[in-house]
Amino acid sequence: MAKENTEKEKSINTPSVQYSADTIVDAADLAAKQRKLSYQIKRNKESYLMMFPYFLLFFFFTILPVAMSMFLSFTNFNMLEWPTFVGWRNYIKLFLEDDIFIVALKNTLIFAVITGPISYMLCLLFAWIINEFKGVLRAFLTLIFYAPSICGNAYLVWNLILSGDRYGYLNGILLKLGIINEAKLWMQTEKYVLPVLIIVQLWLSLGTGFLSFIAGLQTVDKSLYEAAALDGVKNRWQELWYVTLPAMKPQLMFGAVMQITQSFAVADISINLAGNPSVNYAGATIVTHLLDYGSTRFEMGYASAIATVLFLLMVGTNKLVQKILGRVGE
Amino acid sequence: MAKEKLQKTEIPKKIERPKKKLFKKRAKQLNRSVAGNTLLFAIMIICGLFMVLPLVMIINNALKPLDELYQFPPKIFVRNPTLENFSDLFVLMNDSWVPFSRYILNTIIITGGGMVGHVIVASLAAYPLAKNKFPGKDILFSMVVLSMMFSWTVTQIPQYLIISWLHINNNYLALILPAFSFGMGLYLMKQFMEQLPDSLMESARLDGANEWIIFWKIVMPNVKPAWLTLAIFQFQQMWGNTGSLFLRDEQLKPLQFALQQITAGGIARAGAAAAVTFIIAAVPITFFLICQSNVLETMTTSGMKD
Repeated sequence: MAKENTEKEKSINTPSVQYSADTIVDAADLAAKQRKLSYQIKRNKESYLMMFPYFLLFFFFTILPVAMSMFLSFTNFNMLEWPTFVGWRNYIKLFLEDDIFIVALKNTLIFAVITGPISYMLCLLFAWIINEFKGVLRAFLTLIFYAPSICGNAYLVWNLILSGDRYGYLNGILLKLGIINEAKLWMQTEKYVLPVLIIVQLWLSLGTGFLSFIAGLQTVDKSLYEAAALDGVKNRWQELWYVTLPAMKPQLMFGAVMQITQSFAVADISINLAGNPSVNYAGATIVTHLLDYGSTRFEMGYASAIATVLFLLMVGTNKLVQKILGRVGE
Repeated sequence: MAKEKLQKTEIPKKIERPKKKLFKKRAKQLNRSVAGNTLLFAIMIICGLFMVLPLVMIINNALKPLDELYQFPPKIFVRNPTLENFSDLFVLMNDSWVPFSRYILNTIIITGGGMVGHVIVASLAAYPLAKNKFPGKDILFSMVVLSMMFSWTVTQIPQYLIISWLHINNNYLALILPAFSFGMGLYLMKQFMEQLPDSLMESARLDGANEWIIFWKIVMPNVKPAWLTLAIFQFQQMWGNTGSLFLRDEQLKPLQFALQQITAGGIARAGAAAAVTFIIAAVPITFFLICQSNVLETMTTSGMKD
């Protein structure tokens, strides 16, 4: 078992060594490097053994499917016939001919730019406030704020609130207060769809990141706070910036990645509240577009191309965000 | 004089006691103002009311008699609470083709297996990635992080092909094994393990402990908040899985599937459906509360160990 794994490691690492060997380094040097590499692999035998079960399964159930999808993005695949290779055609169609994709891309970017940072801040803020409480009260508060995420499709509550007749809660309240004269069709009016979806998404934002921040705040070394107080940290806000945040940087990084995957992949709330397709595609996002092609039209090649573009978008954003987070507490 | 002084010192102590329960001792002593505490309290109450809405609605709906469920305009709070919905649900459960206990067993195997297995397998892989240096480390880790950004909708079909190729289709393993290798758990555990001071492991190595013992006896107890949180995420994930893509036999399907079949029964079953919604939410909430209160308990010990 260990051998298989170490061989996998080698195959990942050897190419870079060979390239340099071709150009500058002579054969003896290469042999020395290989010896060093195999020595390092042997020395860390236990590490590879510990990772083996995870990465074996990860290879079969994640790496392989992702690689296959990326390959499919260059084909025409309707799930019945064998895929036929079409080169870059899917991507060209996506950017040059598919008007709805451009709308979806725009909506997704607006969505991500607004909900991403705000959700992230909210997660941090509420996790930090809850951390001030203790005991049962604390667990209870955590439950209350995590409730929208734990109750499955809790956002369906919003269907009642946003109902288009005067019995919808929002219309009812606004009519009573005299702000509007007639009931508004919230989810059927183009200009309201995206703002409403953004609000619902913000309401749902205390999820994965929130809980990991709560756990992260637990592991901050308590003696740091005493030391900081001696060093002249005066209030809780300074304490947050100079002590707490730098100490939980790993969790901040994790939260950022989770936030990116959530903000860019918004689809469920759009489909359930605004429908798919929504009015004049006002609520279309990249993933609703992908679902349209993948599970309604069975054009898996095209859907895979959309997924690949989305993937590259997220990877780029992640690079940027990690750079910004590197500056926390400076 | 002496008596007066004693009394004076006793009075503030009495006032302080309830506060000590609400706020941590540290929080009171260092850098905390009363005005700040009040402000935070106010924010929490206003936002909390807004967030708890779905929970309130689910509980109230489960207790509503049928006529109130269809009342128009709908009301949030129940007027004549009844347990009829639950008794209806139990009648439906008894009529089930496959005994309901079988569905419950399936759920325990799938949810429990997927959760425990993932926490162990992902933590095992996370420890060397966080604390040891070896060739290939960066590539492996970045593959895991990047994999989370690829939309699962399109990987589902290749995954289905692989599962049938491995001949674990129509088997619990088709749900459990992919769950072992989710990316999030490894990432979460690695980030928490990174925070542990190296001295902790060094001293154990000097005492002759090998990597496995260090992992089990030193690393895992010190990142208890992390794996309890991961257990919550994974429980939710597995609990919500109906398994309809991979499991064909009725005898293998989880509770979630059976309960959703009941909700699909239309208007006549609206009451039972409300009870189902309640149960579907109540189980992960119970699990959540157990885990969260344990996250708290570690607080008192984790500070001392370092």
